[in-house]
Amino acid sequence: MTLYNALVEPFVEFGFMRRALTACLALSIGSGPIGVLLLLRRMSLIGDAMSHAVLPGAAVGFLFAGLSLPAMGVGGLVAGLAVALLSGLVSRTTELREDASFAGFYLASLAAGVLIVSLRGSNIDLLHVLFGTILAVDAQALYVVAGIASVTLLILAVVYRPLVAECFDPGFMRVVGGRGSLYHLLFLFLVVINLVAGFQALGTLMAVGLMMLPAAAARLWATTLPVLTVVAAGIAFASGFIGLIVSYHLGVASGPAIVLVASLFYVLSIVAGRGGMVRRHLPRPHLTG
Amino acid sequence: MKGTGITLRDVTVAYDRRPAVHHVEGAFEPGSLTAVVGPNGAGKSTLLKAIVGALKPVSGVVDRAGLRSRDLGYLPQAAEIDRSFPLTVADTVLLGAWRRTGALRGVDQATGKQAREALSAVGLEGFGRRAVGALSAGQFQRVLFARLLLQDAAVILLDEPFTAIDARTTRDLLDLVHRWHNEGRTVITVLHDFEQVRAHCPQALLLAREQIAWGNTDTVLAPANLLRARAMAENWDENAAICEQPAGTAA
Repeated sequence: MTLYNALVEPFVEFGFMRRALTACLALSIGSGPIGVLLLLRRMSLIGDAMSHAVLPGAAVGFLFAGLSLPAMGVGGLVAGLAVALLSGLVSRTTELREDASFAGFYLASLAAGVLIVSLRGSNIDLLHVLFGTILAVDAQALYVVAGIASVTLLILAVVYRPLVAECFDPGFMRVVGGRGSLYHLLFLFLVVINLVAGFQALGTLMAVGLMMLPAAAARLWATTLPVLTVVAAGIAFASGFIGLIVSYHLGVASGPAIVLVASLFYVLSIVAGRGGMVRRHLPRPHLTG
Repeated sequence: MKGTGITLRDVTVAYDRRPAVHHVEGAFEPGSLTAVVGPNGAGKSTLLKAIVGALKPVSGVVDRAGLRSRDLGYLPQAAEIDRSFPLTVADTVLLGAWRRTGALRGVDQATGKQAREALSAVGLEGFGRRAVGALSAGQFQRVLFARLLLQDAAVILLDEPFTAIDARTTRDLLDLVHRWHNEGRTVITVLHDFEQVRAHCPQALLLAREQIAWGNTDTVLAPANLLRARAMAENWDENAAICEQPAGTAA
């Protein structure tokens, strides 16, 4: 098998592979920067909780329209935003911190979602919702994913500076910038819509995979935020590309293949990254000044 | 620059009904340099947060003489800032230009030049492209002072600015504090070192949740006041009754 056969031919031959790759590109561009900001805001696990929270909405969409990304996307968006708002409300009006209230709501959401899907669908349908079907992405779904990536970049351009400032120095930001809650809500909105984009490809359980794993890996290589976001998006896309190739040649499920490749990038970064184990523990010659 | 005064009218700030700052009344005069002192848990940082508008008093009024929160220069405690954040020194200093740039506007050449000058003024010329995570505690505090220089505020509030900072940096940054004072800005700073307060701050406010004394530093830091402050800070009543003191009757 030549390199062309291995890496290029699957995408030349099959439209579904091209659409899947394009979806991965759009997902990477949107989810990469969002994952970095989640990581820096110490909300990595909240991203995971949110990805479960979209399930009941997606399940209701599935109940009415079957496996349709727009219907399930709208349902997921509503459910995700509802859980985000409720968790924020609970953490601001009670003693519970935001991570605890998220944990409470996402577990309820996950259980409700699985229950709703099981009302009508088969186990296969449930597997589709939980683990995604990126190879089944059609043109309509592609527009949704690409649209979400575009909206994400536009909104991020507007809220980037306050988000960064608030995360770095919340006390200063509260004084000079105000409106911290508004920016936080807008950010949660971006997290939810990117998870909605991700769940068609990777399912609700792993939608957060292309968000957090590349971000965590990139943190071990880059020292400044702009570079960090670009590296995260790059690792996400590379994971998508390699994952699709692996799934094509080995005949394994594409979603898990993509997330596993992203995990390999993560492990590689932990070992060999600028801030990883080897660099930190191997003696290296020091500089003169 | 003409300083602006801050007046506190019977201000009480509470966490879950327990007052951290209790019926504080007085004024930071325009152009004054005041140290806020007191034992741990005395409410010093809470008072600063109430002044800048980050905490809302449960009773009383903070009168900022028309200044908005964003017009104040505020340096939070170092522990509240994420020093591992992947931000460059230049970007950190430029946050001081928020009033001009806001969330969206770009940084013009004049502002960029001011940021570089501010870095020079704190002894960090050429540090602009370094990541803040690579700086020492002292260098990082210098960067935050450069941000304050760029803010160019009439009222500057510093929350424990010299904690865990070496003597040389403390001396350099104290020079900046004096420069602001000489320029007529109002400076309010939380400090722990009484010798530092006596040497550098003409005015002091001694807090122990309640206001022990406010005025000339020598008078405020009299041994009797310090003893009273310590006794009050240690006096934590688990079964405290509801405060019946009517608003507007603070000492």
